Amino acid sequence: MNPRRLLRLLPITPAILLLLVFLLAPVVWSFYASFTDAALSGKAAKDPQWVGAENYVRMFSDDSFPMATWLTVVFVAASAVLGQNLLGLLIALLMTRSRKMVSDWVGTAVVAAWVLPEIVAAFAAYAYFNRDGTLNQLLAVLGTHGLDWLYSFPLVAIILANTWRGTAFSMLVYRAALADVPRDVSEAALMDGARGWQRLGFITLPLIRNSIATNLMLITLQTLAVFTLIWVMTAGGPANASTTLPVLAYQEAFKFGDIGYGTAVASVLILLGMVFGAVYVRLLRERRP
Amino acid sequence: MRPMKTMRPIKTMRPVKMAAAFAVAAVLVGVTSCSSAPDAAQDKTLKIVYQKTDAFTALDSVMQDAKKEFEAAHSGVKVDLQPIQANDDDYGTKLALAQRSRDTAPDVFYEDTFKVRSDVDAGYLLKLDSYLGKWDDWSKFSEAAKAAGRADDGGIYAVPLGTDTRAIWYNKAVLQKAGIAVPWQPESWEDILAMARKVKAADSSVIPFTMYAGKGTGEGTVMQSFYELLYGTGSTLYDEDQKKWVVGSQGFTDSLAFLKTLYDEKLAVSPAEALDANVWKKVFGEWFPQGKLAATVEGSYAPSFWKKGGAYEWGAYEQDMAVAAFPTQKGQQPGSVSMSGGWTLAVGANTQNPELSFQFLATALNKKNALAYDINNSQIAVRTDVAAEPGYLAANPFVKDVSDLVEVTHYRPATADYPRISTAVQVATEAVITGKQSPQDSAAEYDATVRKLVGEDKVLQK
Repeated sequence: MNPRRLLRLLPITPAILLLLVFLLAPVVWSFYASFTDAALSGKAAKDPQWVGAENYVRMFSDDSFPMATWLTVVFVAASAVLGQNLLGLLIALLMTRSRKMVSDWVGTAVVAAWVLPEIVAAFAAYAYFNRDGTLNQLLAVLGTHGLDWLYSFPLVAIILANTWRGTAFSMLVYRAALADVPRDVSEAALMDGARGWQRLGFITLPLIRNSIATNLMLITLQTLAVFTLIWVMTAGGPANASTTLPVLAYQEAFKFGDIGYGTAVASVLILLGMVFGAVYVRLLRERRP
Repeated sequence: MRPMKTMRPIKTMRPVKMAAAFAVAAVLVGVTSCSSAPDAAQDKTLKIVYQKTDAFTALDSVMQDAKKEFEAAHSGVKVDLQPIQANDDDYGTKLALAQRSRDTAPDVFYEDTFKVRSDVDAGYLLKLDSYLGKWDDWSKFSEAAKAAGRADDGGIYAVPLGTDTRAIWYNKAVLQKAGIAVPWQPESWEDILAMARKVKAADSSVIPFTMYAGKGTGEGTVMQSFYELLYGTGSTLYDEDQKKWVVGSQGFTDSLAFLKTLYDEKLAVSPAEALDANVWKKVFGEWFPQGKLAATVEGSYAPSFWKKGGAYEWGAYEQDMAVAAFPTQKGQQPGSVSMSGGWTLAVGANTQNPELSFQFLATALNKKNALAYDINNSQIAVRTDVAAEPGYLAANPFVKDVSDLVEVTHYRPATADYPRISTAVQVATEAVITGKQSPQDSAAEYDATVRKLVGEDKVLQK
């Protein structure tokens, strides 16, 4: 690199340094700690020892790890890729055709869940699905008995809660993307006799392909990291039926004080995020239609 | 990249460079000046960390009093009280995280007895022997209380605030309505079931006898339920002599089977309710006062919730409630069983002011403050002079009953492995009450988990 280019980097150096110190350093430390027996208490807290891959070996022989990985994948696929993404797209599409007042009201209602801080949204969802909660009270009005949702269907409850909370983001992304779709292309297709679903499948979706990939990447990474919502609603229970990887990492590191093992789980979570990220980045790079 | 060339002449880069250098320098100066600030301060500050919740404010008021007393006696010393609002588990985590760094470690803190040994290993606690030798009050502590703060090296690292025991708490009115004579004292597990079935037959809307189970109630599941069963069978969790964990004992399976009976016959709460971490609040706040629960196993501190100013004030508890010792399985010696825990105050190993910190600990634990704490929090006194106070004995009608249980009580094994073993036990109870596994299968899985956790050489097959 010639000196002038180096000089040009100078103004962003503080930003890069801050990123390195506050984002990369914890990740590196987490990877490092996952190869030690670091703990919150006991001898290993004073003097952590290098244990090689022992934490990872234990992880793959432990039943709760594959289960947590599976639950994480189901949670992400159902609440982000299917729930938030499709629902957001559907609402955005409907809003382009509805009257302004309707679309304003719907938009406000959907965004309301997004505006709530995560802890408030989590308590709201808990209060809704709880045994004596809103859902069961509504069902009682209709004359049917509700179940103990958080106990009988913990995963379904947190998937619905996360879909409710996150749909607004996808909706906003798709509304912006749809607004950019040139009207004349659609109209030309209409003149050629394309039906509604054909215009959607062959014109609109290919045109907003980039937004879809970006949206999927963002909501996937965000959903992979969801912790507060699950912790407040079910705390990973009953019997680990809703223990996703972030919850597992928290339990191991802070409830059992086994920081080495907890960071090993966290490291796997980071890798999983990188795999998802890489796939979407590839999608983004592929040729445009 | 092309537009960059025309952006600006190279000369003006210099001020930019200087500005950036200044910015970096400013950040560095800021960082270093921060870390040197405490040295510059003239006044000494002691940082005190303890737990405070909406249902537990007794310690907070003692600390407020101790702060006033201490600051009056030591001019120039500031006491900085930092209560942590969290449940027991989260409090322990937050405390441990603060202790990991010298800069955040507290000078004096509230510490669970069963964590003392592993925190001494971690180098978090200051050895107090040389200070205790000069403290007159130390001779007032009972021998058992002194042992609570002793580590593997024989030194004392923590001083207890009080202790507790666990017993059956029952609502006399509910039992009488079902035709059971009070005072009631079961002699075996069968007696408990007989009472519960009778209560259920009399009024099916009442919960006859519930015991905690599952991971939701955490340590409550083991301390106020499973261990009373297990230690009453003659079995144990941990062999203190051989320092090994016991697996494959019949007592373990029997204890799970007893829980299964309670939950299967609907003598206890529903499994869904049992797994709710807040079920204990309903026990104290709703079910007992409203006469919807006949009996359960709870701690000697139960009156602290019901007395005036408690979290779930209940004027009639002194008349309506009664205590019975938890019986052994078949009435074998010593006839009853209890579990004890308790909390201590300790001094941080890295404190800048060890002498002052110990002085504060001594102030918080002096006779006046210990008495106030033991009464407000319904603790069993560990100071002999407090135990003899008329005010302490009259604090509630159950002080004598629960204090007598010290004779038959057990303590948790205070090893670093314990929290994981405890969770394995909670998982075993959860599998049984939810019907996921039979007591035999669940006990077998517990054994396998213990082997995996501590290794074959630290396991004792029964």
